Amino acid sequence: MSRVLVFVEHDDGLVTETSLQALTIAGSIGDVEAVSVGSCGVGGWQIEHPMLSDYAPFAIAESLAQLVGAEMPAAVLAGGTERGNEVMAHLAALLDLPLAANVTRIVPSGEDWNLTRVRWGGSLLEECTLSAFIKLATVSPHSVTATAYGAAASATVFSPELTEAHVTTRVTERVTLTEGLTLTTAPVVVSGGRGVGSSEGFQVLEELAALIGGAVGCSRVVTNSGWRPHSDQVGQTGTRVAPDLYIACGISGAIQHWVGMMASKKVLAINTDADAPMVTKADYAVIGDLHPILDAIVAEVKRRQSS
Amino acid sequence: MKTLVCVKRVPAPGARINLTPDERAVDARHLSFTVSPHEECAVEEAIRLKEKHGGTVTVMTLGPVDAEEQLRYAMSVGADNAVLLSTDGSDWDPQATAAALSTRISDIERDEVFDLILFGNESADSGGYQVGIRIAHALGRPVISGIKGIDVNAGTVTARRETGSGFEVYQLPLPAVVAVKEGINLPRYPTLPGRLRAKKAEIMSAPAFATPGGLVMDRLFTPSEEKSVTSILGHGPEAAPAVVDLFVELGLM
Ligand SMILES: Cc1cc2nc3c(=O)[nH]c(=O)nc-3n(C[C@H](O)[C@H](O)[C@H](O)COP(=O)(O)OP(=O)(O)OC[C@H]3O[C@@H](n4cnc5c(N)ncnc54)[C@H](O)[C@@H]3O)c2cc1C
Ligand SMILES: Nc1ncnc2c1ncn2[C@@H]1O[C@H](COP(=O)(O)O)[C@@H](O)[C@H]1O
Repeated sequence: MSRVLVFVEHDDGLVTETSLQALTIAGSIGDVEAVSVGSCGVGGWQIEHPMLSDYAPFAIAESLAQLVGAEMPAAVLAGGTERGNEVMAHLAALLDLPLAANVTRIVPSGEDWNLTRVRWGGSLLEECTLSAFIKLATVSPHSVTATAYGAAASATVFSPELTEAHVTTRVTERVTLTEGLTLTTAPVVVSGGRGVGSSEGFQVLEELAALIGGAVGCSRVVTNSGWRPHSDQVGQTGTRVAPDLYIACGISGAIQHWVGMMASKKVLAINTDADAPMVTKADYAVIGDLHPILDAIVAEVKRRQSS
Repeated sequence: MKTLVCVKRVPAPGARINLTPDERAVDARHLSFTVSPHEECAVEEAIRLKEKHGGTVTVMTLGPVDAEEQLRYAMSVGADNAVLLSTDGSDWDPQATAAALSTRISDIERDEVFDLILFGNESADSGGYQVGIRIAHALGRPVISGIKGIDVNAGTVTARRETGSGFEVYQLPLPAVVAVKEGINLPRYPTLPGRLRAKKAEIMSAPAFATPGGLVMDRLFTPSEEKSVTSILGHGPEAAPAVVDLFVELGLM
């Protein structure tokens, strides 16, 4: 079987879910060898270098390129995360090879790979053919369920040769902000769109969110109008959420918004337009002007909570 | 300070994406066109840097002649120069795109290099996450992606990137390449004088010819969607008790 290197990301030794998924896909097409910077207990290769004490994408890619040069695997995969995509793009540039980002399926076919990959942030898929001496791809998050992939128990240390030029781009400072409930962790997201009408209009969404332990989200029209900060935006170029309940108030359901919340377990739409795509795609809907409806819901929640 | 911004013309689909009969492109007959929000913010950031430090902003695109529309939009909000690499409108793979753009950038830089080249974090349609990084390597410049804050000071660009729990800081010596994300700023709207100026502005245009890439698109398709039946909980404020019943049923109260 062909050898597949997988660049594995980990938090202080705990391998990330997306990396486990990449290892799983790799296991279905070849013999897997994990590669990590520092130790994370998945075996394979462990890159060690004093210059890699903090994240430095070019230096990691250079290390991978040296390992690839020495070992000549058939392919290198990584998780389709911010860092996975970044490191692999550097590797592709260094090796002058094509890179398929965010694939959901890999089917080897002769010398080539037939792939399915994500376009438009997930609203469209593409079937494509990757032809290259060494195949490079990142695996779109949640494409597969992570399973055992049969990695070696022990890791071989690989010491790359790096210079200062490789670490020009590296983390020089880290700032931690303590946040309570965030968009990505809240069990309910109360989200507002153009229909909310103004930044003041969001007060009732804030109130409802506080009452039921949720976070407030919004559409791009809202951030573009300056009603809410971009950190609240859900969608293709915002945050992706997957709460138990997503309450879409005055949001039409454009595909770029939908891809950001389609993983929600249940969707409740509140909209004046019964034919809005958000309404027709939702599990539940209330038709009408969102403000009196939200006022009534807040009052009803308070009434039941106090009784 | 000289800044270059690379943008890509894409259709702006609404509630669903329709495909052409050959399933190789988005059916854009009834659609308007735009650039990725990330790239809109890259243009805005370049203009703010010009307002702060002086200099010029150049926008560049590789695409059909119609992509002039996106270049003129950038000029209407303050870009000074525009460069079009015109194609037949076919889908170029990221490697070929980066090769053509970096060759053109090197040509233009015979006079003077760009201090900063800005990209979107990923293109809206293809989402390859790589064109900017490839160009940085071709030009031999440091590069960082996923950036939501930029400061330029004394030949260094300080860039901030969000993490799950805060942010990371990177410091790159100029000339450098940065790929930015929406949220780095709130882009301005064009003014009428800006629009008029952009309408008359000259665009440097040259044809580009594709080199076959190693990644070839065969077919596009829409992901299968579970058809859900919407349960209408009611009309207007009278629906409130039914909504709160739902909260209880879902274990939220
Ligand atoms: C490349 C690209 C990326 C994008 N990324 C994102 C993204 O990340 N996130 C995002 O959200 N968008 C994104 N967009 C924009 C997207 O296409 C839509 O423009 C946007 O989502 C629409 O926001 P909206 O639903 O709030 O506004 P609209 O589409 O204007 O819808 C407003 C809705 O509110 C309803 N309404 C009006 N008044 C009331 C009322 N009083 N009570 C109840 N309902 C009312 C209307 O019936 C309508 O359904 C992107 C676009 C592009 C091209
Ligand atoms: N055809 C193009 N013309 C100009 N810039 C482009 C083009 N394609 C991609 N880019 C730039 O490269 C970024 C990343 O693109 P991609 O690698 O396709 O995700 C985009 O956000 C643009 O800034």
